[in-house]
Amino acid sequence: MTSSAMPPVSPVPEPQAAAAAAPATGPVGTLLTERPPVAATSGPMIAIDGVSKWYGDFQVLTNCTTSVTKGEVVVVCGPSGSGKSTLIKCVNALEPFQKGQITVDGTQIANKKTNLPKLRSRVGMVFQHFELFPHLSITDNLSLAQRKVLGRSKDEAQAKGLALLERVGLKAHAHKFPGQLSGGQQQRVAIARALAMNPIVMLFDEPTSALDPEMVGEVLDVMVELAREGMTMMVVTHEMGFARKVANRVIFMDKGEIVEDAQKEEFFGSPRSERAQTFLSRILQH
Amino acid sequence: MNYNWNWGIFFEQSPEGTGSYADMLLSGLVWTIVTALCAWVIAFAVGSVIGVLRTLPSRAAQAIGNAYVELFRNIPLLVQMFLWYFVLPEMLPESWGTWLKQLPNAPFYTAVVCLGFFTASRVAEQVRAGIQALPRGQRMAGTALGLTTAQTYRYVLLPNAYRIILPPLTSEFLNNLKNTSVALTIGLLELTARARAMQEFSFQVFEAFTAATIIYIVINLLVVAVAGLIERRVAVPGR
Ligand SMILES: Nc1ncnc2c1ncn2[C@@H]1O[C@H](COP(=O)(O)OP(=O)(O)OP(=O)(O)O)[C@@H](O)[C@H]1O
Ligand SMILES: [Mg+2]
Repeated sequence: MTSSAMPPVSPVPEPQAAAAAAPATGPVGTLLTERPPVAATSGPMIAIDGVSKWYGDFQVLTNCTTSVTKGEVVVVCGPSGSGKSTLIKCVNALEPFQKGQITVDGTQIANKKTNLPKLRSRVGMVFQHFELFPHLSITDNLSLAQRKVLGRSKDEAQAKGLALLERVGLKAHAHKFPGQLSGGQQQRVAIARALAMNPIVMLFDEPTSALDPEMVGEVLDVMVELAREGMTMMVVTHEMGFARKVANRVIFMDKGEIVEDAQKEEFFGSPRSERAQTFLSRILQH
Repeated sequence: MNYNWNWGIFFEQSPEGTGSYADMLLSGLVWTIVTALCAWVIAFAVGSVIGVLRTLPSRAAQAIGNAYVELFRNIPLLVQMFLWYFVLPEMLPESWGTWLKQLPNAPFYTAVVCLGFFTASRVAEQVRAGIQALPRGQRMAGTALGLTTAQTYRYVLLPNAYRIILPPLTSEFLNNLKNTSVALTIGLLELTARARAMQEFSFQVFEAFTAATIIYIVINLLVVAVAGLIERRVAVPGR
């Protein structure tokens, strides 16, 4: 994965510099935006504490505990059905859980008083199947939530959307509809759509696994760049190249449990658990 | 068969003294169209709400939606017409009942309400099917962006669901149009009622019903043509 699929851009600025220098509509030169640093929370951006979840009798998550600090990139991997999607969906309360606690930027998501739509608008999410809104143009896909949730004006929202489209190399497609774009292009739009909300953290659920192989790179490039700009990210993926390149930590899940939660070097060097070893050797064979 | 064909009958004065037989049929057509359109407004609005209720996570909302659909879908339209027109005024407090019975154009209002609520149950079924046909991720994507449930329906789910169900909704509109004829039983002077009156006054049964048949077919074809236009108009590029 090289940056060749990306349009020519100015050199990636330091995260702090990017955050400080960005004007209100977002600069063209960076994917990261100006969400002001949240005061008084020195704790982790995401704290998952003893979370368990059941579908009826079936336990999907068992006592999951981990955290993601600001600016950290955490990759979540594990076999199919191990609960990766479920865990990541619990983080922005798309799925309820029965036990434990999750706090995002200091806000407890299971607290009845929490304004969930507001919280979710600060947590960007990218899905396996893109989930762009098919009846809206790319511009409107990017503007909808900015206007309806953040109350931005039409012009403001469109300017912000266009700036982000330019960053993911799709400015020329602004007037098109999702059905007219390739999978890789749609996923880049979906990332831009999430970034348009100035998220404090981004969640990715297998963002490249529905893509044809030749399109995986263009999406990963955008994600790598985002990571290098300092975005806090939780990424479910089997792209170990991506993990090696930008992850700080790797979490390995199996049967609803977090089996391994280690620094990248440690994880790839010598995974402690046998299950992680087997899994790694299997996916790295190909 | 000993029948005197007389296609000129349409231009003869009707005994009602309000013009020719053709005028009589035309006034019937106007009532048919006005009744169908007013009933459709109710059917579309109520049907959309009920259809949405059936797709909400809340069990209570689903139960209300289901109860509505089963109630209005499982009683024959003719019986519903009678219930609204003859039974309802008797069940209300007396002064309300009297007021209802004395309303000018009571058959029209009754027909609109009855047909509207009846057709709403069928529209609701289509709306529910349309929403459930959408990928589950669409609702999640809206929610994840911070849209409220209402906003997700308004801006994401319903615009897509309506596009999917446009063809069956067209059928429901046509049924609604044809069902207006049931209202002749409560005295609405719509097209079928006028054709029958013409037959009774003039004894030209074939001419009267041939004309009514052709008129029904023509307006239904017009509706189909308009639906085709709408379908092309709202088609999503790239699909
Ligand atoms: N709505 C549901 N009802 C019941 N069981 C469910 C539901 N959603 C998921 N599951 C089950 O929960 C388990 C975990 O699912 P999840 O989608 O989180 O796995 P995953 O690790 O993301 O897998 P994959 O790699 O295939 O995406 C699976 O066994 C799945 O069958
Ligand atoms: Mg999954």
